[in-house]
Amino acid sequence: MTATSPATATTRPTARGVLDALDLDTRMLAMVGALGVIWVVFDLVTGGVFLTPRNLWNLAVQTSSVATMATGMVLVIVARYIDLSVGALLGLTGMVMAVIQARWLPGMGDISWIAALVGGALLAGAVGGLQGWWIAYRGVPAFIVTLAGLLIYRGLAWWMTSGQTVAPLNPSFEVIGGGLDGSIGAFWSWVLGIAAVLALVARAVHARRRRRQFGCLTRPLWAEAAVLLVQVVPVIAFVMVMNAYLQPRTGIPMGIPVPVLIVIAVTLVMTVVATRTRFGRYVFAIGGNPEAAELSGINVKRITVWIFVVMGLLVAVGAAIATARLKAGLNATGELDELRVIAAAVIGGTSLAGGVGTIFGAVLGALTMQSLQSGMVLLGLPSPMQNVVIGAVLVFAVWLDQSYRRGKL
Amino acid sequence: MTAPLVEMRDISIQFGGVRAVDGVSLDLMPGEVVGLLGHNGAGKSTLIKILSGAYQASSGEIRVNGEPADIRSTRDAKKYGIETIYQTLALADNIDAAGNLFLGRELMTPWGTLDEERMAAETRGVMQRLNPNFRNLTTPVRSLSGGQRQSVAIARAIHFNARILIMDEPTAALGPAETRMVADLIRQLKAEGIGIFLISHDIHDVYDLADRCAVMKNGKMVGVVRTKDLSKDDILGMIIMGKNPVTGAVVY
Repeated sequence: MTATSPATATTRPTARGVLDALDLDTRMLAMVGALGVIWVVFDLVTGGVFLTPRNLWNLAVQTSSVATMATGMVLVIVARYIDLSVGALLGLTGMVMAVIQARWLPGMGDISWIAALVGGALLAGAVGGLQGWWIAYRGVPAFIVTLAGLLIYRGLAWWMTSGQTVAPLNPSFEVIGGGLDGSIGAFWSWVLGIAAVLALVARAVHARRRRRQFGCLTRPLWAEAAVLLVQVVPVIAFVMVMNAYLQPRTGIPMGIPVPVLIVIAVTLVMTVVATRTRFGRYVFAIGGNPEAAELSGINVKRITVWIFVVMGLLVAVGAAIATARLKAGLNATGELDELRVIAAAVIGGTSLAGGVGTIFGAVLGALTMQSLQSGMVLLGLPSPMQNVVIGAVLVFAVWLDQSYRRGKL
Repeated sequence: MTAPLVEMRDISIQFGGVRAVDGVSLDLMPGEVVGLLGHNGAGKSTLIKILSGAYQASSGEIRVNGEPADIRSTRDAKKYGIETIYQTLALADNIDAAGNLFLGRELMTPWGTLDEERMAAETRGVMQRLNPNFRNLTTPVRSLSGGQRQSVAIARAIHFNARILIMDEPTAALGPAETRMVADLIRQLKAEGIGIFLISHDIHDVYDLADRCAVMKNGKMVGVVRTKDLSKDDILGMIIMGKNPVTGAVVY
């Protein structure tokens, strides 16, 4: 295959040639760039408070719940549906998790928090499946089914305890929320970081070998190394920043917070689901052309139900994080999260017309939104004014994305 | 005499109160090209969607190789070796050529994940045969030309050892060179013993290719005739007037 390796390897590297050889996702790079600009600007305006290990650590924790749910919203929106119920379902699920461990099984040790997680996941998965069933088999539009869900679940979350706050939660459960004891420390952070770097290298080598084996085009070696570097450097930087945040009194490095680990795991799993499984392929096919999907023998209705089951399960994960972070079950937890989650997916490049979106983009979208919010909090902007800014940014981001796509096609 | 590849007997389908297809019978022999003609709304596409599993007949029987065939979905039809190239092509525009070619029949790795590399390699193999200029294997099919998109749809139909091929207006969106390419392909597939239904509203598209022509009007079969026994004008008369030139019967 050496005879047909890309011409860019031998010709003089022009700017265009270099970009082609790198074969990068320029849209994703632009998003990372925009996030970088936001961070630097906030750092300058706040007098160096934004880009501190402490703020970045908090930013990562605060993003976790919405980022987790946004990965599921990508599948929902890609398949041309919408889910307005995720915030309310998060409230109900979090409440159920709190009630199980604090009221039903108090003093049962580890059983209580495991039961809370399992119970919450079963509930949210089943509720998602039920919504999917109404949408797929009863033909009620997703907008209506999930709008009804928004009202119903928020009401039920209040009804569970007549509005009372449920506490205290199991200390092991609270670890999920990241708090002071909710990190894995410097040593394990480095272990994970190095394992991730090795995995990235192994993946690059494996992918290159497979592409060679089947005679696909491969990047020139220098480009392969550059792309790998672009992946490895952020991993190491991330571990260093998380370890640089020291626990207030003791001075022990915090390391990667548990909720952030959960987001990383969810992102990896969901990326595999979206890009490497039949289910994911069918979700994108349905979004691209529902009729073609049906004619190809895809069971569109069954896939639809599963999309909402997956969304429900991710809401359960988000609920565990949000509830554990608050250290209590509140019926108002997750209010307006449906809009944050949808906005994160859309800012991350998911097209509301369906068929287009990436999991990683949605996570970046969630991080972007949370960065704006955190920055404005640091600037002392009142909360209603924060919403004004975020609303404007949402419209601007989608306009930018669409212009980019049109320019490219 | 060998059994027909497909026999459709007395097929009817109703949508609400409308009989879109009304008591139609049609068969197809191995290596035969049958043109299915008629105006828009004559019921040709509906009839063919019953055979391809997209619709289910209200009454009637379908036999494949002489055996009764129970076709309830497109998946069932594919099991009987019936592949369809739809007029709309039925491509997922956001997915690349390989993804579309294997849609619903993906190749998997031993770990249960999509085997993209093997699918891409096989796609390259098929496309080499169909359209040697085709190289955009990894771009979404949205950004391909009409002819290239058509190639993907055709490749999808013939790659899985189709025995019966249904082509709905296969050249409607193509230029002259690409139309010639499709005609060559039809002759080649015919020589391999594949039976082909060629659906069109235009006699000029099918006259040179079809062994027999079946003409439909208002959901009914006007007649099935040997193409070389009649002129284009005779068949055009069948399409327009609904009159069978052999029996003299008229469909209104």
